Amino acid sequence: MSDPAPLLPDELVAALECLLFVSGEPVPLTELSRATGRDSETIACALHVLRSRLEERGSGLQLLHIAGGWQLSTRPEHAEAIGRLLTRDSHKLSRAALETLAIIAYRQPITAPEIEAVRGVSVSGVLRTLLDRRLIQEAGRKETVGRPVLYRTTPDFLHYFGLSDLSQLPPLGDETPAEPVPAEAVTDGRVPDGEACTGLQEDTTGQIG
Amino acid sequence: MPLIWHDTGTGVDIPVSAVYHYNAMDAPAPATPSRTATLTLASPLPLLKTETFEGPLDLLLHLIRINQVDISDIPIAEITAQYLACIAMMEALDLTIAGEYLVVAATLIEIKSRLLLPAPPAPDMETPEDPRAELVARLREYERYRSAVETLRAWEDLRRQLYFRGTFESVDDYILPVAPGQVGPEALCAALRSVLQKAGVDPAPVTTVIPRRRLNLRLKMVELLHRLRQAGTAGLLFDQLFQLPCPRYDIVLTFLALLELIRLGRARAEQDALDATIQVYPVSPQGASEVVP
Repeated sequence: MSDPAPLLPDELVAALECLLFVSGEPVPLTELSRATGRDSETIACALHVLRSRLEERGSGLQLLHIAGGWQLSTRPEHAEAIGRLLTRDSHKLSRAALETLAIIAYRQPITAPEIEAVRGVSVSGVLRTLLDRRLIQEAGRKETVGRPVLYRTTPDFLHYFGLSDLSQLPPLGDETPAEPVPAEAVTDGRVPDGEACTGLQEDTTGQIG
Repeated sequence: MPLIWHDTGTGVDIPVSAVYHYNAMDAPAPATPSRTATLTLASPLPLLKTETFEGPLDLLLHLIRINQVDISDIPIAEITAQYLACIAMMEALDLTIAGEYLVVAATLIEIKSRLLLPAPPAPDMETPEDPRAELVARLREYERYRSAVETLRAWEDLRRQLYFRGTFESVDDYILPVAPGQVGPEALCAALRSVLQKAGVDPAPVTTVIPRRRLNLRLKMVELLHRLRQAGTAGLLFDQLFQLPCPRYDIVLTFLALLELIRLGRARAEQDALDATIQVYPVSPQGASEVVP
């Protein structure tokens, strides 16, 4: 494709909305930049505008910074209606799976014996489940006796828990359960006012006009 | 929440994974040796199953919490008794007790016995090491991740309130933008698997058969003897016995066959001097003289 004509600000916002609409997964800033022919800073600004506009007009959609990219999702207050239309076929993770996942998330890359040392139980079955659900993946082998396989979390892991990146995990051992993904925690430096676009906080709900 | 039983005998709350009436449970508490505990319910409840434990450390932490004791100062005797009671109850319920539970039980008992024994006459250490230290460290470590689990669980619930557009219905319609380095082997493997699944192809596991050569000393001995007899009185040089190049196990087998033939008196090895070549001759079955076939 030849160089696209420069887009006016409103057009750029609309174009981004289109791109995010057709994309089935989080789109990194660089991809949005490539598709629109505008630099990343401009895109970041436009994304912020898009996010505000969705909120202002009481859209059923919201813009999320999730798993290292940008993606549109439905707003949580409509979950019930959607749930009646679509049935999820994935089950929630078991306690054992969450425990194992938490240990991997904080200590990655980590081997199965190291996880077992923490949990006190065998984890081979749980690892199989997590691999099948693509929440973890192999990350080479540890250069110790037996060269055990190392595991780390995937972008799907971030997406599953609604995180933009691993830095959003709460400090380990923090007794206070973290607020549902505090928006302020997303420090995407390129968004002008530093406002985050993660949409899992409940403060912004109920703004349907 | 797991169901708790209040043991009226000891005034101790015991978590159970099901309601069960049992007795004759020896709690190895030194204060009340060979005590028989009978747990009864305050009110009759139907048989029900509640949350099970995610392993021995989970159970231990639970006991520590319901007893409201400090994790760094665990009353080992009491906790051990309760821990064993829980295991006994699981056993009575025919629940399969994983070996890991027994390992921790053994650890607890070991710690208890070490606490009972008098400390060894002061070595050059400032303070004797607390036998509980290692277990406490493990419990603390485990507990840290347990709090992270609560957070993940909360996020999982919230995230499940959100829905996203699915990926493209038909990949044939689009050329998906993929930047170099964005797709790893796992993603490619997953993509291939999903295509195969759609095509109804069962990705059978790759199998191959590695043929194992049968090693047979007897056959090797026959072969060697035959060659020696063909050589006759001249015999064969030791080096000539090995038909190089050949696999290592062939060399080993040939050598073993030679030793065996010598042991049985069917071959004879001679060497004129140290480091000289070794000459191997056949010997007749009678062992009387060399045979010329």
